[in-house]
Amino acid sequence: MSDKVKIRLSFLGAILCWLLFTGSSIYLLFVQSYDMKVDFSNFFPQVCFTGFVLSTFAYYRYMITKADSLNFTDLLWKVFITGLITTLISLAIQFFFTVFAKTTLVESPLTINFFYNILIGLVVIFMVSTMVVWKRLILYQKSKNLLQLWGFFEVALIGALLFDFFGFEAGGANFRVALVVLGCFSLILVFNLKWVAYLNFKQKWKGILFILLSAIYLYHFLRNLLKFSYTDVLVIDLLDRTFVWGVFGFLFLYAVISILVTLFNLPTSSVFEQKLKEALDFQKLSQSIPRGETRDQTYEILLESSMSAVFADAAWLEVKDDGGTTQVIRNLKDEEVDEIKSAIKGDTIKSILSLNVKSELNPSKLTDELKHSQYKSIIALPIMVQNKQVGCIVLLNEVSEAFNREMVNIITTFVNQASISLENLSLIKESIENERYKEQLKIAKNVQKSLLPRELINNDHLTMAAFSMAADEVGGDYYDILEYQKNKFGLIIGDVSGKGTSAAFQMAQMKGIFHSLANQGVSPEEFNIKANTALSQCLERTSFITATYFDINTKENILTFSRAGHCPSLFYCKNNHQVEYLKCDGMGLGMVRNSSYQEYVHSNTVNYHAGDTLLLYTDGITEAKNPDGEQFGDERLKKSFTTHASKAPDQVKEGIKNDLSEFIGEMNIDDDYTLVVVQFKDK
Amino acid sequence: MAEITTENKDGIHLIAIHGEIDAGSSIYLDDALKAALENGEKKIVADLSGLHYISSAGLGVFISHVDEFKLHEVKLVLFGINETVKQVFDILGLEKLLTIVNTKEEAIGAFK
Repeated sequence: MSDKVKIRLSFLGAILCWLLFTGSSIYLLFVQSYDMKVDFSNFFPQVCFTGFVLSTFAYYRYMITKADSLNFTDLLWKVFITGLITTLISLAIQFFFTVFAKTTLVESPLTINFFYNILIGLVVIFMVSTMVVWKRLILYQKSKNLLQLWGFFEVALIGALLFDFFGFEAGGANFRVALVVLGCFSLILVFNLKWVAYLNFKQKWKGILFILLSAIYLYHFLRNLLKFSYTDVLVIDLLDRTFVWGVFGFLFLYAVISILVTLFNLPTSSVFEQKLKEALDFQKLSQSIPRGETRDQTYEILLESSMSAVFADAAWLEVKDDGGTTQVIRNLKDEEVDEIKSAIKGDTIKSILSLNVKSELNPSKLTDELKHSQYKSIIALPIMVQNKQVGCIVLLNEVSEAFNREMVNIITTFVNQASISLENLSLIKESIENERYKEQLKIAKNVQKSLLPRELINNDHLTMAAFSMAADEVGGDYYDILEYQKNKFGLIIGDVSGKGTSAAFQMAQMKGIFHSLANQGVSPEEFNIKANTALSQCLERTSFITATYFDINTKENILTFSRAGHCPSLFYCKNNHQVEYLKCDGMGLGMVRNSSYQEYVHSNTVNYHAGDTLLLYTDGITEAKNPDGEQFGDERLKKSFTTHASKAPDQVKEGIKNDLSEFIGEMNIDDDYTLVVVQFKDK
Repeated sequence: MAEITTENKDGIHLIAIHGEIDAGSSIYLDDALKAALENGEKKIVADLSGLHYISSAGLGVFISHVDEFKLHEVKLVLFGINETVKQVFDILGLEKLLTIVNTKEEAIGAFK
């Protein structure tokens, strides 16, 4: 059953019960007055009354618990409004009786009972609704014990309803005992007034007003009931019931105690409001970073909350970070800040202001008196991030001895929270930077890949195979080939000294240089000299590039090369099945950045034959280590190449790769590997 | 990982390098050479007998100081280079730019 259905059912039940109750009591009156012998006691109206009370209870219970978001003043407002409506109706009844006073109409028991029953309806409605609201208030911030106690009280009230059922004589001993029991419960319960503390000053006044009016309604209803009670013609007198007295007593008592407590709480409500504001400020401060606010906003929030927490008249905050010094000032001129700085006596505060704090400070030294024309008190606190002072916050008051230990504690928590926020901010920044760096590397890696030739030369004169793999960082291995004239090729292998993004860009430069120079058909020596000149302009001072440039003439089967500091290439001669290093003196590009470089450049020429194979590689291959730290080395490479050299270039490449990976095992690759195999064919 | 110690004796500034010079530790080598230059040292001897490995970044440090040393008439002599490192120097052509001798005595003698 949904709450809506429950509310409707209980509402209908209440109306039905009241109608039956009224109908049956009036019928009973008829029976009595005409002395009709009908077996019909007042049992039925009793049942109806009890049903009416219970269903009204149910109705209000669902109504008010449903409105969960209601605040205290809204709850009290509800009581007030219900009270007002019911009281107005009861006043109308009173008015009716006054107008028709002394007429037979109003003296007829029938009329009296009818109106009395209406009054009963009103009283029960008001009583029950007030009761439910009081329950909400009492059970605010409930404990298990309190909940249990309230449960007992409700059971006692139901007990009272049953007790009334048996019609004990009002004022008798049992009646009194029942009242005392209910009274005791009420007395314990009425002192649960935690909600009062949560009202602000204005709400407290409102609360007092509403509760006072509710108490007046209660009093008014009681008087009305008493008046009817004197007429002696009532079928059922509400005042004969312990339930009614018990509830009345409880409601009235709680109203009186609430008014008194609220009244006494009025002067301290500003303190509570202040504490609440501090808590909210604290929250604001701790949430300032997740909300994506900047450092400056955190400083502002810190300064604002600190100022309002200690009622400071003026303040400033100073933070030194990578971006320079930030100063946030409130209610002060720049020159006043300097004035105050020179007026400080305490050494602790002086060291805080000069951002020199290294250890834990004595809290009592953080406040001091000032000899200044306007400001008499000062609090200064260091802002620490990772045990390093990054700044300070200074708060001033025009009254002397305005700051106490308590205030220092509050500001300390504020500052600590702000420090955490600032730390988090830098952590977030760092991780973003990291991400960005990774992204850059990815881009650089892609750039680097695109710099290597997509297609190799495979024609009647020569066939090629190449393999290049970069470590997790971006590498700087480069190889390329182009046919600058029919049967004339420029071939290069290079290794950029740097790693990472800069290596990729140096490689790009190298590619530019290669394509422009090789297309001009320069000699290998000239190539290195010109490349050195070009690179000297743009390479970092600590960077250099090693390269070997080959000029291949497939018409005349001549290979000319010039080595610029690059590891010497291997040459396989098919005729004698020998592998030799292509030796040649030389120097890395960018190592000597003036014209004297050409003194170090040399070149060599090889006449090759069909089936001869050239192997270019970078030092990543020879320097690859096995788990024992042993390098693959020149000899192993030479041997491996000798083994495979007579095969097709692709198989040569695969063969060497396999030998290498067999040697290094499951080691991580921490360098770049490049292999280029060029096999010559017949003319 | 590298350990770099410096020592001044009879007007000769001795820089001893132990371990491996890679991209990370090349900074310390750079600092040591820069400091020597700033202090106005004219005779510098580098003891490479403890150097097992030098990466291109480390080589770059030596290269970057060659011109500057020449400009300030600073003489740098290296000794005790092991075979692997020597080979790296040779392939690169660096041995032509630096004065490399075998022993400490020879290195000190180079200034006479």
